[in-house]
Amino acid sequence: MFDPMNSIAQWLTDLLSGWGLSSGLVIFILTLLGVVVVATFVLVLDIFLVWVERKVVARFQDRLGPNRLGPFGLIQPLADVIKLLIKEDITPSGADRVVYNLAPIMALATVLLLWAVIPFAPTMLGADISVGVLYIVAIGAIGTLGLIMAGWASNNKYALLGALRTVAMTVSYEVPMVVSLLLPVILARSMSLQEIVNRQSIWYIVAAPIAALIFLISAIAELGRAPFDLAEAESEIVAGFHIEYSGMKFGLFYAGELLHAVTMGALFATFFLGGWKGPFVEQVPILGVVYLLAKAMFLYWVIMWVKYSLPRVRIDHMLDFNWKLLTPLALVMVMATALLDKLLIGLAIPAGSLAYTFWMLVMNIFIGWATLSLLRTHARVERMRVGEPKPVARPELSGVKPTGITKV
Amino acid sequence: MTALQIIFILVAAMTLGAGMLVVTARNLIHSALWLVTALFGVAIMFVLLEAGFLAVVQVMVYIGAIAILIIFGIMLTRKIASDSGPRFTENWGWALFIAVVLFGGLTWLLASWSGFQAEPAPLSERFDSLRQLGVALVSPDGYVLAFELASVLLLAALIGALVIAWDRK
Repeated sequence: MFDPMNSIAQWLTDLLSGWGLSSGLVIFILTLLGVVVVATFVLVLDIFLVWVERKVVARFQDRLGPNRLGPFGLIQPLADVIKLLIKEDITPSGADRVVYNLAPIMALATVLLLWAVIPFAPTMLGADISVGVLYIVAIGAIGTLGLIMAGWASNNKYALLGALRTVAMTVSYEVPMVVSLLLPVILARSMSLQEIVNRQSIWYIVAAPIAALIFLISAIAELGRAPFDLAEAESEIVAGFHIEYSGMKFGLFYAGELLHAVTMGALFATFFLGGWKGPFVEQVPILGVVYLLAKAMFLYWVIMWVKYSLPRVRIDHMLDFNWKLLTPLALVMVMATALLDKLLIGLAIPAGSLAYTFWMLVMNIFIGWATLSLLRTHARVERMRVGEPKPVARPELSGVKPTGITKV
Repeated sequence: MTALQIIFILVAAMTLGAGMLVVTARNLIHSALWLVTALFGVAIMFVLLEAGFLAVVQVMVYIGAIAILIIFGIMLTRKIASDSGPRFTENWGWALFIAVVLFGGLTWLLASWSGFQAEPAPLSERFDSLRQLGVALVSPDGYVLAFELASVLLLAALIGALVIAWDRK
């Protein structure tokens, strides 16, 4: 079994123990090294993401994208980094200096923290904690705090508006997100991410497609990406919460946003697409990293696809969509899945089997169809309401006696 | 001193210091951010006690919901940085006295407990505290009544908020 990471860890343990260090200290050093390796890997991936993002958006907009520096413009992100580093670092007057400088760090650090629980391969993961799903939600909450701090500390009205919009959006979209994450938990009977991946002999996107869709939509909202980019709407509030940031501080927000997108992709892959699962992964565990990153990158591409295809939604539509469609649908899905699960287990159909997944899929299709027909009825009523002739004014309410108008 | 004790003292100092700053900071937003720090310190305490679920819920509920709501509320008010009044009431001496007595009493009570000096027994690998908690919350001879009552209370609060916010035409 070829497993380089654990071989290296084993070799280092033997080496350090051979030097006469106590076992507690050896574990501490190895954990520290693991943290450094994962964080560095993710940050280097982040530099590459700048190139991916610019290249893909160029293709969506029928352009070439960066193509001057290096093959396919691959050196371009390095030039971007140098540009950001040598820019003047401006702190606006009246800004709350400590909070202002802390905010970009929090924006990037919270994204890095998410990678602590994502399993890379059967034998490679940061921490297999029993409350992994809740951990992800909790870290997301701290990320929101970073954005509020940025918006408030900038001493700028547009920044504050952006921060208020961010709170309204992330706090409300957290609800369907958490509820939709309950479905993989019900199906896997565990909140540990490694356990959820292990149980996916059939990808959970088959057993819970609606939950997957709800998770994807609320993930895009959590990211604040188009069509949910109200927090930084350039044409309305000129970039919102990060309007005052320049140079590398802006760079941290930018890097955090890109990395958050691919992290959400990795989380989606872990919950619904089988994570590191793929052919030959049992023999060669390191292949799991490749599969996970490939799935994460595909989801990242989907998120970009949505971003560059859809216009920004209005804030009331955004909230309506969440509270009137996504949240009730997610709650219905949880109840239906839990009931059907009990029923199927009662009928001696084990969880994760083909028949189990089939009945789950049938239930999903039925609820999806019911939702769509409800929406169609609603849209028809709404169209009739909008299409009706509206009175231009209501004279009886104005208090002025209408003259020259006769009642018909 | 073990590493665990050193970490505990550092975290406890951080939590207490942040708690002091919550009430002494002149800027309301700073108070709220110090509150977040103090709550995070409590979450670290839970991690040190091997109560991962409580730690995560602490962060999710107190930082993710309550602290953010407080900050949101503060942002909607004016003059958050111009609180120039005295930081303490005139009765701070009495408050200090009662706090010291309470702390001393609790310490004395704990010191007379037989398990005070004992090292915590390590949990076995197979022990799943999360599952135990979940089963205890819904089992009839566990806490199902308290759990359901809390749910009903929250539901009532939810409906109450809706009724207050209802736009009667």
